[in-house]
Amino acid sequence: MASAVISSSPFVCKSPAKDLGFSSFRKPSQISIHGCQKKSISRKIVSVMAPQRSSSTSGSVKTGMTMTEKILAKAAEKSHVVPGDNIWVNVDVLMTHDVCGPGAFGIFKREFGENAKVWDSEKIVVIPDHYIFTTDKRANRNVDIMREHCREQNIKYFYDITDLGDFRANPDYKGVCHVALAQEGHCRPGEVLLGTDSHTCTAGAFGQFATGIGNTDAGFVLGTGKILLKVPPTMRFILDGEMPSYLQAKDLILQIIGEISVAGATYKTMEFSGTTIESLTMEERMTLCNMVVEAGGKNGVIPPDATTFNYVENRTSVPFQPVYSDGNASFVADYRFDVSKLEPVVAKPHSPDNRALARECKDVKIDRVYIGSCTGGKTEDFMAAAKLFHAAGKQVKVPTFLVPATQKVWMDVYALPVPGAGGKTCAQIFEEAGCDTPTSPSCGACLGGPADTYARLNEPQVCVSTTNRNFPGRMGHKEGQIYLASPYTAAASALTGHVTDPREFLQ
Amino acid sequence: MAASSLQSLNPTFSQTLASPNTSPPFRSPFLRFNSSFNLKPLSTRSSSFIARSAAEPQERKTFHGLCYVVGDNIDTDQIIPAEFLTLVPSNPDEYEKLGSYALIGLPASYKDRFVQPGEMKTKYSIIIGGENFGCGSSREHAPVCLGAAGAKAVVAQSYARIFFRNSVATGEVYPLDSEVRVCDECKTGDVATVELREGDSVLINHTTGKEYKLKPIGDAGPVIDAGGIFAYARKAGMIPSAAAA
Repeated sequence: MASAVISSSPFVCKSPAKDLGFSSFRKPSQISIHGCQKKSISRKIVSVMAPQRSSSTSGSVKTGMTMTEKILAKAAEKSHVVPGDNIWVNVDVLMTHDVCGPGAFGIFKREFGENAKVWDSEKIVVIPDHYIFTTDKRANRNVDIMREHCREQNIKYFYDITDLGDFRANPDYKGVCHVALAQEGHCRPGEVLLGTDSHTCTAGAFGQFATGIGNTDAGFVLGTGKILLKVPPTMRFILDGEMPSYLQAKDLILQIIGEISVAGATYKTMEFSGTTIESLTMEERMTLCNMVVEAGGKNGVIPPDATTFNYVENRTSVPFQPVYSDGNASFVADYRFDVSKLEPVVAKPHSPDNRALARECKDVKIDRVYIGSCTGGKTEDFMAAAKLFHAAGKQVKVPTFLVPATQKVWMDVYALPVPGAGGKTCAQIFEEAGCDTPTSPSCGACLGGPADTYARLNEPQVCVSTTNRNFPGRMGHKEGQIYLASPYTAAASALTGHVTDPREFLQ
Repeated sequence: MAASSLQSLNPTFSQTLASPNTSPPFRSPFLRFNSSFNLKPLSTRSSSFIARSAAEPQERKTFHGLCYVVGDNIDTDQIIPAEFLTLVPSNPDEYEKLGSYALIGLPASYKDRFVQPGEMKTKYSIIIGGENFGCGSSREHAPVCLGAAGAKAVVAQSYARIFFRNSVATGEVYPLDSEVRVCDECKTGDVATVELREGDSVLINHTTGKEYKLKPIGDAGPVIDAGGIFAYARKAGMIPSAAAA
């Protein structure tokens, strides 16, 4: 039986894991789950040709599949899969960037031959984004290496940059890979997208299977277009209720990670649904799925709907097939949240699951604020920050660094009027509030980077950041203290010089 | 061509190919070890290295040396800080350099450094960790730098999935699961032996005298023995044994 977990939070109601018919799933404890589940399933996996897949312990045979199971089944050309199955999956899109690309292609050439050709030059997307605006010679060399590979392999999608002095002089350059993938129409419902980056799970917002892999796996995919994957069980998170005006998707995911811990979803799918999810924009859904990896999750997924189709169809004409979980699908855990009762939260140093209410951290003095990254550097993230600055009408008390994720985001920051601000753009509002000028789009200091990276934490300072991880040394200095927060919370904190609940300025 | 070989072998591979991705150990009928398999790092191995006989006598694989003990949630930024990711692991010189930076991101509270300043290799063969070892990024540089530095095995309570998968795919270190919190009972500098056997694998701490059962590495073992997923695939006949010219 599932262990009875009584949640002390008034907002969360967790029902025990449904009876899946697998004895291994009876104990959803973090520590032993993947150990014990593999033991009893292993025999079934090894003899893949066995036609019967009886759920021997319960006697009932579930035929329904979750979204993730369906996507993987289709990609493996199978009619049915269950969690634990090891299957060969056809890959629709493989993404890589400047840090892992050289290694992945290096392995591809070494293993398949110097003259080998990639499996499909139109299914690979190469997006330099990590260490771009730096004088670090190796970093610059890595972009050059990717250019050579793309030329040789005739890679269709290579978002190149050659003029590091002015990002706008590079028409192909995009910026942060996960945001660029979405903006350029590479994310489509029902597909399998892999990337050499842990936050590839962001694309699950589009109702597809998306996860991060290492260079060796990527080298293998480059040559064959296939990957061996184990089908993950799905944890379902149902979020209902109206989103309060001061709450953002970042608060939702920090709430969830704080609930289940940094290993709470290890090897599993996190499926998000409910009325709140349906009300979220694509960028907010991306923020939600982006941090699935911070809970250890294999992939995140949101059922596609009109919002999804609208976004996707405006960016690509490639046909797609949306998939939805069956009514009788099995989920290994069910979490329900009443979003209307949630409050802005932060993740305190040094772990994404070190959750605390923003208002309870108001005595924490901070040294700087960072707004950027795939998690919190999209157009709507900047719009939100600008909206709060405008409502407050004050100046920031600490250096506030703005790093738009992509060229498009940068242009939006300078061109789009912020609703309710009398026609002012984000850039104008930021300037009036005393923020730093929005910088060239890239991953920037989210992960520290070379020593000369803009906004890198080079001293043991306290930073409120809209990024995704706050382990020691994440943004540079090992003793740096990073508070992960939503754009609203980050902006509010910049205005007071302390960690601040955005309701101080938004009501 | 590689892809068609894979296709034609698809129905049979599941009998021979280990699942290199997420599975932690499970019991195999028996594990085959070839003691003459040299666990050289991938980058120094020539492409014609592969294709050995599969019928080797059962053998124990043993690692003996000093332990280096860390705590829970050791993330990839602590294993290999992002500033060193400009080093490309498939480049032999840079592979060695990566090893010299292994675990350099650990906070100052770790008084003993994994690799001494100025050195390229570690004196510790076995890393002992807690829960969720290797969490964070998908960067393969994490298991690679540990292997490049000279570590042979990690013994942890649990792993983050991408790190585990990358360890197996690269063949750089054996990611072994302990059944108890070994990290609370061992200290950096303890002398230990890890024995991978057909039945139970064990960690023996010679300094304290205690022995710990480890979960069997199962089918992931032969993949790491062979030197990673590509080497294993060639050995198992899944892809051509010589790299296509």
